Amino acid sequence: MASGSSGPTEDLGTLTDVEPLKRAWRNEKAAPEILRYETHLIYRVSKQIELLEGTVDDFTEDGVDPLMISLYQMDLDRIQFLLRSYLRIRLQKIEKYMFHLLLKKQEFHEKLSKEEKAFVQRCAEDMKKHLDESVLSHLPKNYQSILKQFTTVEEDDAEVDDMVPEPPLDTFVVCIAREYVGPSEFQDSSDSLAMDLPLEMEPGDLSFIPYRRIKKLLESRKVDLV
Amino acid sequence: MAAQSCSQFHVFSAEEIEFIAEDELIEIVPNMRMDQLNLIRGDFGPFLPQIATEVPLWLAVALKKRGKCRIRPPEWMSVEKLTQVLEAERDSEKEFQVLPFHYVEISRLLFDHAQDDIPDIYMVRSLMEDIRDVRFHKVETSLETFDGRTSAVQIRSLSAMEVNIVRPFVARALQAFQKLGNMVPETDSVPSTRPQGTDKAARGRRILRGR
Repeated sequence: MASGSSGPTEDLGTLTDVEPLKRAWRNEKAAPEILRYETHLIYRVSKQIELLEGTVDDFTEDGVDPLMISLYQMDLDRIQFLLRSYLRIRLQKIEKYMFHLLLKKQEFHEKLSKEEKAFVQRCAEDMKKHLDESVLSHLPKNYQSILKQFTTVEEDDAEVDDMVPEPPLDTFVVCIAREYVGPSEFQDSSDSLAMDLPLEMEPGDLSFIPYRRIKKLLESRKVDLV
Repeated sequence: MAAQSCSQFHVFSAEEIEFIAEDELIEIVPNMRMDQLNLIRGDFGPFLPQIATEVPLWLAVALKKRGKCRIRPPEWMSVEKLTQVLEAERDSEKEFQVLPFHYVEISRLLFDHAQDDIPDIYMVRSLMEDIRDVRFHKVETSLETFDGRTSAVQIRSLSAMEVNIVRPFVARALQAFQKLGNMVPETDSVPSTRPQGTDKAARGRRILRGR
């Protein structure tokens, strides 16, 4: 596909942090679960924002052409929007899946930033306290768990935590291939009935596909969500 | 629940798609002198009168609004190119012609802010509309061919805005198919001999066979 300049993935911007941030934002927005926090990228971007903010202030004092200042300001606004939106989507997901994140230790450690970890913990504590006080403590003893519908006294471990909202990994997403992806690289969908047609994607190809099937590919950056 | 799953498919708003498109590069011809801009996104300029230079679309529009430049419409936005694309779109039933990923947004932004820079704007505008209609018609007809067996749908050269418009519907439809598909096996033991000619029954059977 002759999409050199038209594809959303390749552009001059690859040299700067804007395209990676935009990609992270789009992926985060389109993915049903929380993705890995882009520690270095976010650090670099926030430093650059600070720097540019300083420059704009200096310009204002020095009486530089107001047009130029307003253009710098626009650039700044755009990147701040991306950054804020990125962080906000993550917080929304965290609020939604806090108990899930706390239960899945590995996911918790790998995917969240330091601040986000603290946020999950506080958030979950507050939520638990609130539910305990308002509802759960008034229920019979074996209905008081926040994670389970009810508990039996004997075998506590055998039960599943069936009151924990989990991210819907079977959601269909639209992905675009960044490089060639062969049929064997797609995960099988969990559902046994659907016949997984052999699928391959050329760079730039789009697919509607259950998130679960491309989760790994997204992590290895072979595809992006659109 | 319904509301929840609904919002889950409306991933991007039209404004956000436009925001993304505003980073595409476009050529402008400034009519003023200005130093190089060292933006986070990269360096642009210096700007000299009558010397063409490439900038992101948002920058072009900002300058245009202040009357500081002319925007050169991209090559694919000429009457000639668009006529070709339109004809090709009409000729091939299934295939989509290759247009920039953000063609809807780019053309919209230019129509809104740089009318006087586009030669034959009425022609261009009506061609764009025709192309959009033809493509949407194609999308719609290709949607009719879905059935429960589809665990993934591949599309080529659909643009950003088109994806965003069909996404809620397609994603939900596919998900519903999958859900229904999962329920079918329970009635599996009963051979589907009931002579129901309805569309749904036929579809259900097709799913079964798909196994």
